[in-house]
Amino acid sequence: MKKYGTLIFGIVGWVIALIMFFPIFWMAITAFKTEQGAYSPDLIFVPTLESFKDVFARSNYLLFVMNSIYVSIGSTLVCFLFAIPAAYKMSFFPTPKTQGRLLWMLSTKMMPAVGVLVPIYLLFRSFGLLDNLFGLIVIYTLMNLPIAVWMSYTYFCEIPAAILEAGRIDGATLWEELWYLLRPMCLPGLSSTGLILIIFAWNEAFWSINLTSANAAPLTAFIASYSSPEGLFWAKLSAASLLAVAPIMVLGWLTQKQLVQGLTFGAVK
Amino acid sequence: MSVATQQPVVGPVGAPASAEKPNLLMALLEAPSIIALLLWMIVPLAMTIYFSFIRYSLLNPDISGFAGIENYQFLTEDESFWPAIINTVLLMGAVLIITIVVGTLLAVLYDREFFGKNVATLLVIAPFFVMPTVSALIWKNFIMHPVYGLIAFVLHKLGLPAVDWFGDYPLISIIIIVSWEWLPFAFLILFTSLKSLDQEQKEAASIDGANAFQLFFFIIVPHLQRAIGVVVMIETIFLLSIFAEIYTTTSGGPGHATTNLAFLVYSLGIQQFNVGIASAGGILAVILANIVAYFLVKMLAQNLKGR
Repeated sequence: MKKYGTLIFGIVGWVIALIMFFPIFWMAITAFKTEQGAYSPDLIFVPTLESFKDVFARSNYLLFVMNSIYVSIGSTLVCFLFAIPAAYKMSFFPTPKTQGRLLWMLSTKMMPAVGVLVPIYLLFRSFGLLDNLFGLIVIYTLMNLPIAVWMSYTYFCEIPAAILEAGRIDGATLWEELWYLLRPMCLPGLSSTGLILIIFAWNEAFWSINLTSANAAPLTAFIASYSSPEGLFWAKLSAASLLAVAPIMVLGWLTQKQLVQGLTFGAVK
Repeated sequence: MSVATQQPVVGPVGAPASAEKPNLLMALLEAPSIIALLLWMIVPLAMTIYFSFIRYSLLNPDISGFAGIENYQFLTEDESFWPAIINTVLLMGAVLIITIVVGTLLAVLYDREFFGKNVATLLVIAPFFVMPTVSALIWKNFIMHPVYGLIAFVLHKLGLPAVDWFGDYPLISIIIIVSWEWLPFAFLILFTSLKSLDQEQKEAASIDGANAFQLFFFIIVPHLQRAIGVVVMIETIFLLSIFAEIYTTTSGGPGHATTNLAFLVYSLGIQQFNVGIASAGGILAVILANIVAYFLVKMLAQNLKGR
């Protein structure tokens, strides 16, 4: 009886998994079809790389890829530059105000983007930051900063202070302490934090669509341009999408465990 | 630097040694993050509030001056305003219900062992990592297209008439797409939370003769309550600003059928350049989000104290 139970639950579980993944699978398949073949739901076809070639030849695809990379990695680095010192201070030298500050930082994340769309757009317009990579990096940094501080703080708090203590007793300077003791211990935590920040920035679509056009558009905004009826080339859309989605999905899968902590600010572990 | 090195041994959270030693270096570590976020929070919000009370249109610079609550009046009298509010609530409510109900059931299912469970889990959470513009276009073209879409293909094989998803059921189509994107999120959180449920508690309940339904409603659901609360609040914040999916599929149409608050503010402010009225809409979204945020922050504060 129990054996059948496992089998049935296994089958149901897999059917649901396949249904959830199906649209992505279908996009991946279509990317290897010809433009004519893309409209028929055949599973058997001769795979071709034609669409990938077209994507690179006909659009400035590489520019958008680079924009996405610049923006997501750039904002993540700036985030760390701001967040790590703050998280270090908050976790190792807390004051009575620390908890309040952490929560306040988090509350800035609760502001819906649409609430500040108009002033940000106007500010960007007057400072010449529309369609500008630097402008987008600023926005993504501010968007991700609370998560960066919060997650780094959580990881720093898990580091046993006794080890740092022992180092200090042995006469380590502050920099030696940070570099030889703290860095190796917090590196795994911080790298998964970094991956999560990259994923968020890579997939952000509200600001990228509203603030960029031709020059600084990352992939989210570029793919949106396929929504116009003239841009309906399914195979090319699939090829462009597949390349845009695949690397980040792998990163997402790798960070699966830390993701929950990052997404819920440590409320669910 | 020497000041910091000479400090006595400092413990982790809660260590009293550090509390009475505020110095410049310590303040400098925290200051950049706090100042950046303070500016990010105050400046644009203050501007939105200010704009919402003045007459300001980019197309017509002659119009200016204090408007009082005129913008809010115009906004509420706009023919797309109430549809937008209703659509925002419907979209949010439907996606919340779908993701939480299905997410809970799926979490319970995946709490059991079965063959290849880890791989199946990866497939279930995959949609969360797909950028919203790609998700929307996959569904719009490959799945829901009235002629070439897969649903049309299957219906045709079954001899049934095709469905024009975005023409006839625009809001439902958007709800399906957004639910697909957010179900992995709900599932992942609830699944993680379920792992911390004491197995002995479940066993004790079964020994006492609890059936599957009793187990679900009296043991599992109460355990998940907190995680469900977190999912509701975080999703609400994001669902309030759903934009890219609408922008790439229906552009708010047909008519106002899929215009939500976020899209309305975009179309008033960025398309029609009516800064004043768009800002009034933005403020409404902020108020809605703050009500939710209040509860979330309160809950997280309790969590910090419990640490």
